[in-house]
Amino acid sequence: MRAYAHLALAGFRRYSTYRQAMFAGLAANVVFGLLRTAVLVATVAAAPVAGYDVAAAVTYVWLGQGLLSFVVLWGETQLSERIRTGDVVVDLSRPWHLQAALLAEDLGRGAYSVVVRFVPPVVIGALLFPFRWPGPATWPLFAVSAVLGLVISFGLRFMLNCTTFWLLDSRGVVNMYAVVSGLLCGLIVPLAFMPEWARDVLWATPFPYLLQAPIDVFLERGPQWTVLAWQAFWAVAVLAAGNLVLSRAVRKVVVQGG
Amino acid sequence: MVETYLRLVGARLRGQFAYRTSFTIEVVAQAVVQAIELAAITILFSHVEALGGFDVHEVVLVYAIAATAFGLADLTAGQLNELPTYIRTGSFDVLLLRPLGTLPQVMVGDIRLKRIGRTLFGLGAMVYALAHNEIAWSPAKAALVVVAPVAGAVIFGSVWVVACAVCFWMVEGQEIANTVTYGSNAFTSYPVTVYSGWLRRFMAFVVPGAFVAYYPALALLDRADPLGGPAVLGWVSPLVALAAAVVAGLVWRFAVRHYRGTGS
Repeated sequence: MRAYAHLALAGFRRYSTYRQAMFAGLAANVVFGLLRTAVLVATVAAAPVAGYDVAAAVTYVWLGQGLLSFVVLWGETQLSERIRTGDVVVDLSRPWHLQAALLAEDLGRGAYSVVVRFVPPVVIGALLFPFRWPGPATWPLFAVSAVLGLVISFGLRFMLNCTTFWLLDSRGVVNMYAVVSGLLCGLIVPLAFMPEWARDVLWATPFPYLLQAPIDVFLERGPQWTVLAWQAFWAVAVLAAGNLVLSRAVRKVVVQGG
Repeated sequence: MVETYLRLVGARLRGQFAYRTSFTIEVVAQAVVQAIELAAITILFSHVEALGGFDVHEVVLVYAIAATAFGLADLTAGQLNELPTYIRTGSFDVLLLRPLGTLPQVMVGDIRLKRIGRTLFGLGAMVYALAHNEIAWSPAKAALVVVAPVAGAVIFGSVWVVACAVCFWMVEGQEIANTVTYGSNAFTSYPVTVYSGWLRRFMAFVVPGAFVAYYPALALLDRADPLGGPAVLGWVSPLVALAAAVVAGLVWRFAVRHYRGTGS
Protein backbone atom coordinates (compact mmCIF):
# COMPACT_ATOMS: atom_id res chain seq x y z
CA MET A 1 0.00 0.00 0.00
CA ARG A 2 2.86 2.37 0.83
CA ALA A 3 4.34 1.78 -2.59
CA TYR A 4 1.16 3.05 -4.22
CA ALA A 5 1.15 6.15 -2.03
CA HIS A 6 4.71 6.83 -3.17
CA LEU A 7 3.64 6.36 -6.78
CA ALA A 8 0.83 8.87 -6.32
CA LEU A 9 3.30 11.34 -4.90
CA ALA A 10 5.65 10.65 -7.79
CA GLY A 11 2.82 11.36 -10.22
CA PHE A 12 2.16 14.67 -8.46
CA ARG A 13 5.83 15.65 -8.55
CA ARG A 14 6.41 14.51 -12.10
CA TYR A 15 3.83 16.87 -13.56
CA SER A 16 4.77 19.73 -11.30
CA THR A 17 8.15 19.89 -13.03
CA TYR A 18 6.57 20.85 -16.35
CA ARG A 19 5.33 24.18 -15.09
CA GLN A 20 5.64 26.09 -18.32
CA ALA A 21 3.69 23.43 -20.22
CA MET A 22 0.99 23.52 -17.56
CA PHE A 23 0.57 27.29 -17.97
CA ALA A 24 0.53 26.99 -21.75
CA GLY A 25 -2.20 24.37 -21.42
CA LEU A 26 -4.09 26.63 -19.06
CA ALA A 27 -3.98 29.44 -21.63
CA ALA A 28 -5.52 27.06 -24.16
CA ASN A 29 -8.24 26.07 -21.67
CA VAL A 30 -9.15 29.70 -21.07
CA VAL A 31 -9.24 30.80 -24.72
CA PHE A 32 -11.43 27.85 -25.71
CA GLY A 33 -13.56 28.52 -22.63
CA LEU A 34 -14.20 32.07 -23.85
CA LEU A 35 -15.11 30.88 -27.34
CA ARG A 36 -17.40 28.11 -26.06
CA THR A 37 -19.07 30.45 -23.58
CA ALA A 38 -19.92 32.91 -26.36
CA VAL A 39 -21.58 30.25 -28.52
CA LEU A 40 -23.50 28.62 -25.68
CA VAL A 41 -24.64 31.90 -24.15
CA ALA A 42 -25.86 32.99 -27.61
CA THR A 43 -27.92 29.78 -27.63
CA VAL A 44 -29.56 30.13 -24.22
CA ALA A 45 -29.71 33.95 -24.01
CA ALA A 46 -33.29 34.25 -25.27
CA ALA A 47 -34.74 31.35 -23.28
CA PRO A 48 -33.33 28.50 -21.19
CA VAL A 49 -32.63 25.32 -23.17
CA ALA A 50 -33.08 21.93 -21.50
CA GLY A 51 -32.94 23.60 -18.08
CA TYR A 52 -29.74 25.56 -18.87
CA ASP A 53 -30.01 29.30 -18.34
CA VAL A 54 -27.06 31.63 -18.91
CA ALA A 55 -25.51 30.97 -15.47
CA ALA A 56 -25.88 27.19 -15.81
CA ALA A 57 -24.43 27.28 -19.35
CA VAL A 58 -21.44 29.32 -18.18
CA THR A 59 -20.85 26.99 -15.23
CA TYR A 60 -21.12 23.98 -17.54
CA VAL A 61 -18.48 25.41 -19.92
CA TRP A 62 -15.88 26.44 -17.32
CA LEU A 63 -16.34 23.38 -15.15
CA GLY A 64 -15.86 21.31 -18.31
CA GLN A 65 -12.71 23.27 -19.26
CA GLY A 66 -11.32 22.56 -15.78
CA LEU A 67 -12.36 18.92 -15.64
CA LEU A 68 -11.12 17.96 -19.08
CA SER A 69 -7.48 17.99 -18.07
CA PHE A 70 -8.27 16.55 -14.63
CA VAL A 71 -9.96 13.44 -16.02
CA VAL A 72 -7.81 13.55 -19.24
CA LEU A 73 -10.22 13.42 -22.15
CA TRP A 74 -7.68 12.83 -24.87
CA GLY A 75 -5.82 9.60 -25.43
CA GLU A 76 -2.35 9.12 -24.01
CA THR A 77 0.10 6.53 -25.18
CA GLN A 78 2.74 6.14 -22.46
CA LEU A 79 1.86 2.55 -21.62
CA SER A 80 1.33 1.82 -25.29
CA GLU A 81 4.87 3.03 -26.05
CA ARG A 82 6.28 0.80 -23.31
CA ILE A 83 4.39 -2.15 -24.71
CA ARG A 84 5.61 -1.40 -28.24
CA THR A 85 9.23 -1.15 -27.17
CA GLY A 86 9.00 -4.13 -24.82
CA ASP A 87 9.81 -2.08 -21.71
CA VAL A 88 6.50 -3.20 -20.26
CA VAL A 89 8.18 -6.46 -19.28
CA VAL A 90 10.13 -4.57 -16.65
CA ASP A 91 6.90 -3.03 -15.31
CA LEU A 92 5.22 -6.42 -15.20
CA SER A 93 8.00 -8.02 -13.19
CA ARG A 94 8.02 -5.34 -10.51
CA PRO A 95 6.38 -6.18 -7.16
CA TRP A 96 3.16 -4.36 -7.88
CA HIS A 97 0.01 -4.70 -9.88
CA LEU A 98 0.64 -2.74 -13.07
CA GLN A 99 -2.90 -1.38 -13.38
CA ALA A 100 -3.06 -0.33 -9.71
CA ALA A 101 0.37 1.29 -9.93
CA LEU A 102 -0.59 3.34 -12.97
CA LEU A 103 -3.89 4.32 -11.34
CA ALA A 104 -2.02 5.54 -8.26
CA GLU A 105 0.27 7.62 -10.47
CA ASP A 106 -2.72 9.01 -12.35
CA LEU A 107 -4.42 10.03 -9.10
CA GLY A 108 -1.27 11.90 -8.15
CA ARG A 109 -1.28 13.62 -11.51
CA GLY A 110 -4.94 14.50 -10.95
CA ALA A 111 -4.18 16.05 -7.57
CA TYR A 112 -1.64 18.38 -9.18
CA SER A 113 -3.97 19.11 -12.06
CA VAL A 114 -6.66 20.32 -9.62
CA VAL A 115 -4.40 23.19 -8.60
CA VAL A 116 -3.15 24.36 -11.97
CA ARG A 117 -5.72 23.15 -14.49
CA PHE A 118 -9.05 22.90 -12.66
CA VAL A 119 -9.23 25.79 -10.20
CA PRO A 120 -7.92 28.61 -12.47
CA PRO A 121 -10.40 28.17 -15.37
CA VAL A 122 -13.32 27.82 -12.94
CA VAL A 123 -12.27 30.96 -11.07
CA ILE A 124 -11.78 32.90 -14.32
CA GLY A 125 -15.19 31.79 -15.61
CA ALA A 126 -16.82 32.70 -12.30
CA LEU A 127 -15.19 36.16 -12.28
CA LEU A 128 -16.05 37.05 -15.87
CA PHE A 129 -19.58 35.66 -16.18
CA PRO A 130 -22.68 34.92 -14.10
CA PHE A 131 -21.94 31.62 -12.37
CA ARG A 132 -24.01 29.07 -10.49
CA TRP A 133 -22.44 27.88 -7.25
CA PRO A 134 -23.93 24.81 -5.59
CA GLY A 135 -25.09 24.48 -1.96
CA PRO A 136 -22.50 23.39 0.63
CA ALA A 137 -23.82 19.80 0.70
CA THR A 138 -22.99 19.40 -3.00
CA TRP A 139 -19.25 20.14 -2.76
CA PRO A 140 -18.15 16.78 -1.26
CA LEU A 141 -20.45 14.93 -3.68
CA PHE A 142 -18.89 16.81 -6.58
CA ALA A 143 -15.38 15.96 -5.36
CA VAL A 144 -16.26 12.25 -5.21
CA SER A 145 -17.93 12.44 -8.61
CA ALA A 146 -14.90 14.12 -10.21
CA VAL A 147 -12.52 11.50 -8.77
CA LEU A 148 -14.78 8.70 -9.99
CA GLY A 149 -14.76 10.38 -13.40
CA LEU A 150 -10.95 10.31 -13.35
CA VAL A 151 -10.94 6.61 -12.39
CA ILE A 152 -13.35 5.70 -15.22
CA SER A 153 -11.26 7.74 -17.65
CA PHE A 154 -8.11 5.99 -16.44
CA GLY A 155 -9.79 2.61 -16.88
CA LEU A 156 -10.73 3.39 -20.48
CA ARG A 157 -7.29 4.80 -21.32
CA PHE A 158 -5.65 1.75 -19.78
CA MET A 159 -7.66 -0.59 -21.99
CA LEU A 160 -6.99 1.52 -25.08
CA ASN A 161 -3.27 1.28 -24.37
CA CYS A 162 -3.51 -2.45 -23.79
CA THR A 163 -4.78 -2.93 -27.34
CA THR A 164 -1.13 -2.45 -28.31
CA PHE A 165 -0.48 -6.01 -27.10
CA TRP A 166 -2.57 -7.19 -30.04
CA LEU A 167 -2.43 -4.34 -32.57
CA LEU A 168 1.28 -3.56 -31.99
CA ASP A 169 0.44 0.08 -32.72
CA SER A 170 -2.59 1.57 -31.00
CA ARG A 171 -2.14 5.12 -32.25
CA GLY A 172 -5.12 4.82 -34.60
CA VAL A 173 -7.41 3.65 -31.78
CA VAL A 174 -6.13 6.24 -29.32
CA ASN A 175 -6.44 9.05 -31.89
CA MET A 176 -9.99 8.06 -32.69
CA TYR A 177 -10.83 8.05 -28.97
CA ALA A 178 -9.32 11.52 -28.60
CA VAL A 179 -11.41 12.71 -31.53
CA VAL A 180 -14.81 11.44 -30.37
CA SER A 181 -14.45 11.52 -26.56
CA GLY A 182 -15.32 15.23 -26.34
CA LEU A 183 -18.68 14.69 -27.99
CA LEU A 184 -19.50 11.44 -26.17
CA CYS A 185 -18.59 12.81 -22.72
CA GLY A 186 -20.64 15.96 -23.10
CA LEU A 187 -17.74 18.41 -23.45
CA ILE A 188 -18.74 19.90 -26.82
CA VAL A 189 -22.49 20.22 -26.15
CA PRO A 190 -24.37 19.40 -22.93
CA LEU A 191 -25.83 15.93 -23.30
CA ALA A 192 -29.22 17.34 -22.30
CA PHE A 193 -29.22 19.31 -25.58
CA MET A 194 -28.95 16.14 -27.67
CA PRO A 195 -31.91 14.34 -29.21
CA GLU A 196 -33.51 11.82 -26.87
CA TRP A 197 -32.28 8.71 -28.69
CA ALA A 198 -28.66 9.92 -28.55
CA ARG A 199 -28.99 10.70 -24.84
CA ASP A 200 -30.40 7.22 -24.13
CA VAL A 201 -27.59 5.54 -26.05
CA LEU A 202 -24.83 7.63 -24.47
CA TRP A 203 -25.99 7.33 -20.86
CA ALA A 204 -25.84 3.55 -21.32
CA THR A 205 -22.07 3.88 -21.94
CA PRO A 206 -19.35 4.97 -19.48
CA PHE A 207 -18.52 8.17 -21.43
CA PRO A 208 -20.98 10.67 -19.87
CA TYR A 209 -19.79 9.56 -16.42
CA LEU A 210 -16.35 11.04 -17.07
CA LEU A 211 -17.46 14.64 -17.47
CA GLN A 212 -21.18 15.30 -17.80
CA ALA A 213 -21.95 13.41 -14.56
CA PRO A 214 -19.66 15.52 -12.30
CA ILE A 215 -21.00 18.69 -13.98
CA ASP A 216 -24.59 17.52 -13.38
CA VAL A 217 -23.75 16.86 -9.72
CA PHE A 218 -22.27 20.36 -9.42
CA LEU A 219 -25.27 21.98 -11.11
CA GLU A 220 -27.57 19.86 -8.93
CA ARG A 221 -29.36 18.49 -11.95
CA GLY A 222 -31.17 15.28 -11.11
CA PRO A 223 -30.63 12.81 -8.26
CA GLN A 224 -26.96 13.10 -7.24
CA TRP A 225 -26.70 9.80 -5.38
CA THR A 226 -27.99 7.86 -8.38
CA VAL A 227 -25.35 9.48 -10.58
CA LEU A 228 -22.62 8.61 -8.06
CA ALA A 229 -23.84 5.01 -7.83
CA TRP A 230 -23.66 4.64 -11.61
CA GLN A 231 -20.20 6.18 -11.64
CA ALA A 232 -19.04 3.71 -8.99
CA PHE A 233 -20.50 0.89 -11.06
CA TRP A 234 -18.67 2.01 -14.21
CA ALA A 235 -15.42 2.60 -12.29
CA VAL A 236 -15.47 -0.98 -11.01
CA ALA A 237 -16.58 -2.31 -14.40
CA VAL A 238 -13.85 -0.66 -16.49
CA LEU A 239 -11.12 -1.49 -13.94
CA ALA A 240 -12.23 -5.14 -13.83
CA ALA A 241 -12.36 -5.29 -17.61
CA GLY A 242 -8.91 -3.72 -17.83
CA ASN A 243 -7.57 -6.22 -15.34
CA LEU A 244 -8.98 -9.07 -17.44
CA VAL A 245 -7.48 -7.62 -20.61
CA LEU A 246 -4.09 -7.26 -18.89
CA SER A 247 -4.03 -10.83 -17.58
CA ARG A 248 -4.98 -12.08 -21.06
CA ALA A 249 -2.22 -9.96 -22.58
CA VAL A 250 0.41 -11.08 -20.08
CA ARG A 251 -0.11 -14.67 -21.17
CA LYS A 252 0.69 -13.51 -24.69
CA VAL A 253 3.86 -11.62 -23.89
CA VAL A 254 7.01 -13.27 -25.09
CA VAL A 255 10.08 -11.99 -23.32
CA GLN A 256 13.05 -11.92 -25.62
CA GLY A 257 16.41 -11.12 -24.24
CA GLY A 258 19.87 -12.24 -23.69
CA MET B 1 13.66 25.75 -57.70
CA VAL B 2 9.96 24.90 -58.04
CA GLU B 3 11.00 21.52 -59.37
CA THR B 4 13.00 20.86 -56.23
CA TYR B 5 9.97 21.50 -54.06
CA LEU B 6 7.76 19.36 -56.26
CA ARG B 7 10.20 16.48 -55.92
CA LEU B 8 10.31 16.90 -52.14
CA VAL B 9 6.51 16.87 -51.96
CA GLY B 10 6.29 13.91 -54.34
CA ALA B 11 8.65 11.84 -52.25
CA ARG B 12 6.67 12.66 -49.11
CA LEU B 13 3.36 11.74 -50.67
CA ARG B 14 4.54 8.43 -52.07
CA GLY B 15 5.84 7.39 -48.69
CA GLN B 16 2.46 7.90 -47.08
CA PHE B 17 0.63 5.33 -49.15
CA ALA B 18 2.91 2.64 -47.79
CA TYR B 19 0.75 2.17 -44.69
CA ARG B 20 -2.67 2.10 -46.25
CA THR B 21 -4.78 1.15 -43.20
CA SER B 22 -3.25 3.75 -40.95
CA PHE B 23 -3.63 6.30 -43.75
CA THR B 24 -7.34 5.54 -44.13
CA ILE B 25 -7.96 5.66 -40.37
CA GLU B 26 -6.26 9.07 -40.19
CA VAL B 27 -8.26 10.50 -43.08
CA VAL B 28 -11.50 9.31 -41.45
CA ALA B 29 -10.43 10.64 -38.03
CA GLN B 30 -9.71 14.07 -39.54
CA ALA B 31 -13.11 14.11 -41.22
CA VAL B 32 -14.73 13.12 -37.90
CA VAL B 33 -13.02 16.02 -36.10
CA GLN B 34 -14.64 18.37 -38.55
CA ALA B 35 -17.96 16.50 -38.46
CA ILE B 36 -18.20 16.86 -34.68
CA GLU B 37 -18.19 20.65 -34.98
CA LEU B 38 -21.02 20.44 -37.50
CA ALA B 39 -22.86 18.06 -35.16
CA ALA B 40 -22.55 20.65 -32.38
CA ILE B 41 -24.03 23.34 -34.64
CA THR B 42 -26.91 21.02 -35.58
CA ILE B 43 -27.60 20.14 -31.94
CA LEU B 44 -27.64 23.81 -30.89
CA PHE B 45 -30.01 24.66 -33.73
CA SER B 46 -32.44 21.96 -32.64
CA HIS B 47 -33.25 24.35 -29.77
CA VAL B 48 -32.96 27.81 -31.32
CA GLU B 49 -34.01 29.51 -34.55
CA ALA B 50 -30.94 31.70 -34.89
CA LEU B 51 -27.43 32.17 -33.51
CA GLY B 52 -26.04 35.69 -33.59
CA GLY B 53 -28.86 36.59 -36.01
CA PHE B 54 -28.12 33.83 -38.53
CA ASP B 55 -30.23 30.76 -39.31
CA VAL B 56 -28.89 27.24 -39.47
CA HIS B 57 -28.07 27.15 -43.19
CA GLU B 58 -26.28 30.46 -43.01
CA VAL B 59 -24.20 29.30 -40.04
CA VAL B 60 -23.40 26.07 -41.89
CA LEU B 61 -22.17 28.17 -44.82
CA VAL B 62 -19.84 30.13 -42.52
CA TYR B 63 -18.71 26.88 -40.90
CA ALA B 64 -18.12 25.18 -44.27
CA ILE B 65 -15.96 27.96 -45.72
CA ALA B 66 -13.93 28.05 -42.49
CA ALA B 67 -13.60 24.25 -42.39
CA THR B 68 -12.37 24.05 -45.99
CA ALA B 69 -9.93 26.90 -45.45
CA PHE B 70 -8.61 25.39 -42.23
CA GLY B 71 -8.31 21.97 -43.87
CA LEU B 72 -6.19 23.43 -46.68
CA ALA B 73 -4.04 25.36 -44.20
CA ASP B 74 -3.59 22.29 -42.03
CA LEU B 75 -2.45 20.33 -45.07
CA THR B 76 0.24 22.84 -46.03
CA ALA B 77 1.16 24.67 -42.79
CA GLY B 78 0.18 22.07 -40.18
CA GLN B 79 3.68 20.60 -39.98
CA LEU B 80 4.91 23.88 -38.52
CA ASN B 81 3.75 22.21 -35.30
CA GLU B 82 6.90 20.10 -35.63
CA LEU B 83 9.09 23.20 -35.41
CA PRO B 84 9.98 22.74 -31.71
CA THR B 85 11.18 19.22 -32.52
CA TYR B 86 13.25 20.54 -35.44
CA ILE B 87 14.79 23.13 -33.14
CA ARG B 88 15.39 20.75 -30.25
CA THR B 89 17.00 18.02 -32.34
CA GLY B 90 19.03 20.43 -34.46
CA SER B 91 17.27 19.49 -37.72
CA PHE B 92 16.49 23.14 -38.20
CA ASP B 93 20.21 23.89 -38.53
CA VAL B 94 20.30 21.52 -41.47
CA LEU B 95 17.48 23.44 -43.15
CA LEU B 96 19.51 26.64 -42.76
CA LEU B 97 22.43 25.12 -44.65
CA ARG B 98 20.38 24.32 -47.74
CA PRO B 99 20.02 26.91 -50.52
CA LEU B 100 16.23 26.98 -50.08
CA GLY B 101 13.98 29.10 -47.86
CA THR B 102 13.54 27.71 -44.37
CA LEU B 103 9.81 28.32 -44.27
CA PRO B 104 8.92 26.47 -47.48
CA GLN B 105 11.28 23.68 -46.44
CA VAL B 106 9.43 23.18 -43.16
CA MET B 107 6.09 23.43 -44.94
CA VAL B 108 6.74 20.95 -47.73
CA GLY B 109 9.17 18.88 -45.70
CA ASP B 110 6.45 16.74 -44.21
CA ILE B 111 3.16 17.25 -46.03
CA ARG B 112 0.72 14.81 -44.51
CA LEU B 113 -1.90 13.89 -47.05
CA LYS B 114 -3.93 12.11 -44.38
CA ARG B 115 -4.97 15.57 -43.24
CA ILE B 116 -7.06 15.78 -46.42
CA GLY B 117 -10.01 14.45 -44.37
CA ARG B 118 -10.83 17.89 -42.94
CA THR B 119 -10.78 19.52 -46.37
CA LEU B 120 -12.95 16.84 -47.93
CA PHE B 121 -15.54 17.18 -45.17
CA GLY B 122 -15.44 20.97 -45.47
CA LEU B 123 -16.00 20.75 -49.22
CA GLY B 124 -18.96 18.42 -48.67
CA ALA B 125 -20.44 20.84 -46.15
CA MET B 126 -19.90 23.68 -48.63
CA VAL B 127 -21.82 21.91 -51.37
CA TYR B 128 -24.65 21.32 -48.88
CA ALA B 129 -24.63 24.92 -47.61
CA LEU B 130 -24.55 26.44 -51.11
CA ALA B 131 -27.50 24.28 -52.15
CA HIS B 132 -29.55 25.17 -49.05
CA ASN B 133 -29.06 28.92 -49.01
CA GLU B 134 -30.78 31.28 -51.43
CA ILE B 135 -27.91 32.74 -53.38
CA ALA B 136 -28.38 35.09 -56.34
CA TRP B 137 -25.58 33.64 -58.41
CA SER B 138 -23.31 35.82 -60.53
CA PRO B 139 -19.86 35.22 -62.02
CA ALA B 140 -18.33 37.25 -59.21
CA LYS B 141 -19.97 35.07 -56.58
CA ALA B 142 -18.93 31.89 -58.35
CA ALA B 143 -15.37 33.18 -58.22
CA LEU B 144 -15.79 34.08 -54.54
CA VAL B 145 -16.84 30.51 -53.71
CA VAL B 146 -13.47 29.32 -55.01
CA VAL B 147 -11.35 32.22 -53.83
CA ALA B 148 -12.74 32.53 -50.27
CA PRO B 149 -11.52 29.15 -48.95
CA VAL B 150 -8.12 29.66 -50.60
CA ALA B 151 -7.73 33.16 -49.18
CA GLY B 152 -8.96 31.82 -45.84
CA ALA B 153 -6.32 29.10 -46.00
CA VAL B 154 -3.62 31.73 -46.61
CA ILE B 155 -4.90 33.71 -43.59
CA PHE B 156 -4.89 30.58 -41.42
CA GLY B 157 -1.45 29.65 -42.76
CA SER B 158 -0.11 33.10 -41.87
CA VAL B 159 -1.56 32.79 -38.38
CA TRP B 160 0.16 29.43 -38.13
CA VAL B 161 3.53 30.88 -39.16
CA VAL B 162 3.35 33.81 -36.75
CA ALA B 163 2.13 31.64 -33.86
CA CYS B 164 4.81 29.00 -34.43
CA ALA B 165 7.58 31.57 -34.80
CA VAL B 166 7.09 32.02 -31.05
CA CYS B 167 8.78 28.64 -30.65
CA PHE B 168 12.11 30.21 -31.62
CA TRP B 169 12.02 32.00 -28.28
CA MET B 170 9.83 29.81 -26.10
CA VAL B 171 10.74 26.18 -25.65
CA GLU B 172 7.21 25.23 -24.65
CA GLY B 173 5.55 27.65 -27.02
CA GLN B 174 3.79 25.02 -29.09
CA GLU B 175 0.69 24.80 -26.96
CA ILE B 176 0.34 28.59 -27.01
CA ALA B 177 0.67 28.43 -30.80
CA ASN B 178 -1.99 25.70 -30.95
CA THR B 179 -4.33 27.91 -28.95
CA VAL B 180 -4.08 30.61 -31.59
CA THR B 181 -4.32 28.31 -34.62
CA TYR B 182 -7.02 25.89 -33.46
CA GLY B 183 -8.67 28.73 -31.58
CA SER B 184 -9.02 30.69 -34.83
CA ASN B 185 -10.57 27.64 -36.42
CA ALA B 186 -13.15 27.42 -33.63
CA PHE B 187 -13.77 31.17 -33.83
CA THR B 188 -14.32 31.30 -37.59
CA SER B 189 -16.84 28.44 -37.56
CA TYR B 190 -19.57 30.76 -36.23
CA PRO B 191 -20.71 34.22 -37.37
CA VAL B 192 -18.62 36.79 -35.52
CA THR B 193 -21.86 38.34 -34.18
CA VAL B 194 -21.94 35.45 -31.68
CA TYR B 195 -18.89 36.92 -29.97
CA SER B 196 -18.49 40.28 -28.30
CA GLY B 197 -16.05 42.69 -26.72
CA TRP B 198 -12.29 42.39 -27.02
CA LEU B 199 -12.51 38.68 -27.90
CA ARG B 200 -14.33 39.62 -31.12
CA ARG B 201 -12.08 42.56 -31.89
CA PHE B 202 -8.95 40.46 -31.41
CA MET B 203 -9.99 37.25 -33.18
CA ALA B 204 -11.90 38.97 -36.00
CA PHE B 205 -9.62 41.86 -36.85
CA VAL B 206 -6.18 41.52 -35.22
CA VAL B 207 -6.06 37.85 -36.18
CA PRO B 208 -8.12 38.59 -39.30
CA GLY B 209 -10.51 35.69 -38.62
CA ALA B 210 -13.62 37.56 -39.79
CA PHE B 211 -12.25 37.60 -43.35
CA VAL B 212 -11.90 33.81 -43.52
CA ALA B 213 -15.59 32.95 -43.68
CA TYR B 214 -17.86 35.55 -42.12
CA TYR B 215 -17.51 38.41 -44.60
CA PRO B 216 -17.34 36.18 -47.71
CA ALA B 217 -20.51 34.42 -46.48
CA LEU B 218 -22.26 37.80 -46.08
CA ALA B 219 -21.32 38.67 -49.66
CA LEU B 220 -22.60 35.34 -50.98
CA LEU B 221 -25.86 35.76 -49.07
CA ASP B 222 -26.24 39.46 -50.05
CA ARG B 223 -26.66 40.30 -46.37
CA ALA B 224 -25.62 43.58 -44.82
CA ASP B 225 -23.12 43.28 -41.97
CA PRO B 226 -25.08 43.45 -38.69
CA LEU B 227 -21.98 45.07 -37.22
CA GLY B 228 -22.24 47.91 -39.72
CA GLY B 229 -19.23 47.16 -41.92
CA PRO B 230 -19.38 48.17 -45.62
CA ALA B 231 -20.41 45.52 -48.18
CA VAL B 232 -16.97 45.62 -49.81
CA LEU B 233 -15.53 43.70 -46.82
CA GLY B 234 -17.00 40.52 -48.30
CA TRP B 235 -14.70 40.78 -51.31
CA VAL B 236 -11.40 41.85 -49.81
CA SER B 237 -10.30 38.60 -48.19
CA PRO B 238 -7.64 37.96 -50.91
CA LEU B 239 -6.10 41.33 -50.05
CA VAL B 240 -6.28 40.57 -46.32
CA ALA B 241 -4.68 37.20 -47.05
CA LEU B 242 -1.88 38.88 -49.00
CA ALA B 243 -1.23 41.33 -46.18
CA ALA B 244 -1.30 38.53 -43.61
CA ALA B 245 1.17 36.50 -45.68
CA VAL B 246 3.55 39.47 -45.94
CA VAL B 247 3.39 40.06 -42.19
CA ALA B 248 3.93 36.35 -41.54
CA GLY B 249 6.92 36.32 -43.89
CA LEU B 250 8.49 39.28 -42.11
CA VAL B 251 7.90 37.77 -38.66
CA TRP B 252 9.43 34.50 -39.81
CA ARG B 253 12.49 36.25 -41.25
CA PHE B 254 12.95 38.23 -38.07
CA ALA B 255 12.62 35.07 -35.95
CA VAL B 256 15.10 33.06 -38.04
CA ARG B 257 17.63 35.90 -37.91
CA HIS B 258 17.51 35.71 -34.13
CA TYR B 259 17.74 31.93 -34.07
CA ARG B 260 20.80 30.74 -32.22
CA GLY B 261 20.44 27.00 -32.34
CA THR B 262 20.37 24.69 -29.37
CA GLY B 263 24.07 23.89 -29.58
CA SER B 264 25.54 20.53 -28.88
